[in-house]
Amino acid sequence: MKDRKVTFIEAIRQGLWEEMKRDKSVFIIGEDVGTYGGAFKLTEGFIDEFGPERVIDTPISEAAIVGVACGAALMGMRPVAEFQFIDFISCGFDMLTNYAAKSRYRGCGAIPAVFRGPCGAGVRAGPFHSLNAESFFLNTAGLKMVEPSTPYDAKGLIKAAIRDPDPVLFFEHKKLYRLPRIKQELPEEDYIVPIGKARIARQGRDLSIITFGAQVLNALDAAEILEKQDGLSVEVLDLRTLSPLDKESILETVRKTNRVVILHEASITGGIGGEISAIIAEEAFEWLDAPIIRIGSIDTPVPFAPQLEDYHLPSIEEIVSACRKLAEY
Amino acid sequence: MKVKVNLKKPVKPLSCTKETSLKTSDLIRLYYFLKLTRMFDEITVRLKRQGKITGGVFSSLGQEATAVGTAYALEPQDFIAPLIRDIGACFVKGILPREIFASYLGRATSPNRGTDLQFHFARLEKGFIGPISHLGDMVSVMAGVLLASRMKKENRVAVAYVGEGATSTGAFHEGINFAAVQKLPLITVIENNGYAYSTPTYKQCAAKSFVDKAIGYGILGLQVDGNDVVACYEVMKKAVEYARRESQSVLIEAITYRRKGHAEHDNQAYVPAGEIEWWAENNDPIKRFELFLVEEKVASKEELKKIESEVAEYLEQELEIAESAPPPEPITAAYEVFDNSVVPPAIKKKFLS
Repeated sequence: MKDRKVTFIEAIRQGLWEEMKRDKSVFIIGEDVGTYGGAFKLTEGFIDEFGPERVIDTPISEAAIVGVACGAALMGMRPVAEFQFIDFISCGFDMLTNYAAKSRYRGCGAIPAVFRGPCGAGVRAGPFHSLNAESFFLNTAGLKMVEPSTPYDAKGLIKAAIRDPDPVLFFEHKKLYRLPRIKQELPEEDYIVPIGKARIARQGRDLSIITFGAQVLNALDAAEILEKQDGLSVEVLDLRTLSPLDKESILETVRKTNRVVILHEASITGGIGGEISAIIAEEAFEWLDAPIIRIGSIDTPVPFAPQLEDYHLPSIEEIVSACRKLAEY
Repeated sequence: MKVKVNLKKPVKPLSCTKETSLKTSDLIRLYYFLKLTRMFDEITVRLKRQGKITGGVFSSLGQEATAVGTAYALEPQDFIAPLIRDIGACFVKGILPREIFASYLGRATSPNRGTDLQFHFARLEKGFIGPISHLGDMVSVMAGVLLASRMKKENRVAVAYVGEGATSTGAFHEGINFAAVQKLPLITVIENNGYAYSTPTYKQCAAKSFVDKAIGYGILGLQVDGNDVVACYEVMKKAVEYARRESQSVLIEAITYRRKGHAEHDNQAYVPAGEIEWWAENNDPIKRFELFLVEEKVASKEELKKIESEVAEYLEQELEIAESAPPPEPITAAYEVFDNSVVPPAIKKKFLS
């Protein structure tokens, strides 16, 4: 019998494909996305179906890719621009933060564009192919940010991002792309996952891990260990949207378990965990039974050698011991 | 180090190109836009000195012909992204003085609601997209406009105006190269006005002239006397016809001169002595066109005076409309970051009850 479960990358492909079928104004633009099908083959076959006018191979020009997407979006198109690796978003930073983010506010028109690409470390790709970029943009009003962790959410969120009236940065952790463990059967019918809504990945009573992206898996693994070895009931909140943050869901899990670990893969200093901690400290201080713990990567670039990268990244052991410390507090 | 200027007085006063397809009514219209630009400028300087404009005032003085002449060659469906010294191009595209006044004055009636200054706003229905301060960025945005227009099978060309300083940016390079590769009918006008803030052209670029950059992008390059409004119109007409017909990009270098500082606060101490005065006396685009109009018997001096007083009256009415409008409600600062039917406005928290 045919396996009806799909990978994370296939889910994004499906979402993109269906939106391009549904709406003629949706088009793809990026480096090597057409004939080659994208560095990760996410857009393989798209050019054959939709033609070179809607699947546009560009020069190596991230600033122009963003600028062109903005211009086309102003004219009523729905561009989906790809960064080959999210690390290269830095080359489009000016266009994203100054043009895309401010256009509506400045009375220059809405920019319904999606800027997507593979992010994340743990694949031995070194300092230039492993970035988690969310905190670069968190302080920019006007950009939404999404990072799913399941095929279901990936498909639903890419569709929501394409239909959104404002610019959306769509981060795809490359470690999830073809990970067998997370494959899912997806609904036949059209669906979206709304931007701005977190999801409880695991229900729990004793403490909460607030996280997103590939770290959801680490959080779930840690929760499993803690249940088996310590009898602790750990809730895992998968944020899914990083901007605007789903404050209500964050506060709700804090009010429920009163102990919280914030886990992300980007370096700890200035990371999104700081913002989430501040929200909790300001708005749920009296609900806390223990200090907030943040876990992230150490403050270094992402190193290449496996021994170094593993040290750089948060580990399941770290998460487990942080949760134990919290539970004992 | 300062460049030694050797500016000689021309043997006879400079006029404009005699060979033109423009009709009398068009020539008069060009004159109207030139005067509108200059007199608008004079009013903004006045408003700045009166303390009514709190932000920077960026003058078009001496560069009016480039903006007016080139924009006049466009069709209504064509798009422009002017730079801050191209108020004339905005007027040609149908932007009203009251809109730019309102924006300068930070009024609620400004198309940007007071969120940005000068003509940093858009009127998409008029083919107008205002610039941002990051120079060179508009080139790729206009390429995107044209990409959309190609997909929608609309017959548009677009013009991105940049200063010679912007050609040093990566955004300029990426945008113009993208448009060239994609064969988009994008016309990039480099207004070489001698200075980028205080930086003279020789510190900006080692090429002999900016139009030479066209060769590197594989596109047509044209150079024009940016103070000759007729020549500016003709060169743009040629560029537009070519871009539309061949679906190709074009680079135009217009050589002009910035007679005011970067903004009103800039005293131009870095400009060699006598240079500004020479341009004002011998190569003023409006004086040149006046000479042309009178010599070619298009209009008499009296008729030109009449246009001037009409413009003056019109501008005062427009200013009155802009000034009498209310300032924005403070709380409107919180709106329109996103579509507020999806994401609520960023209203301030209240700490005291």
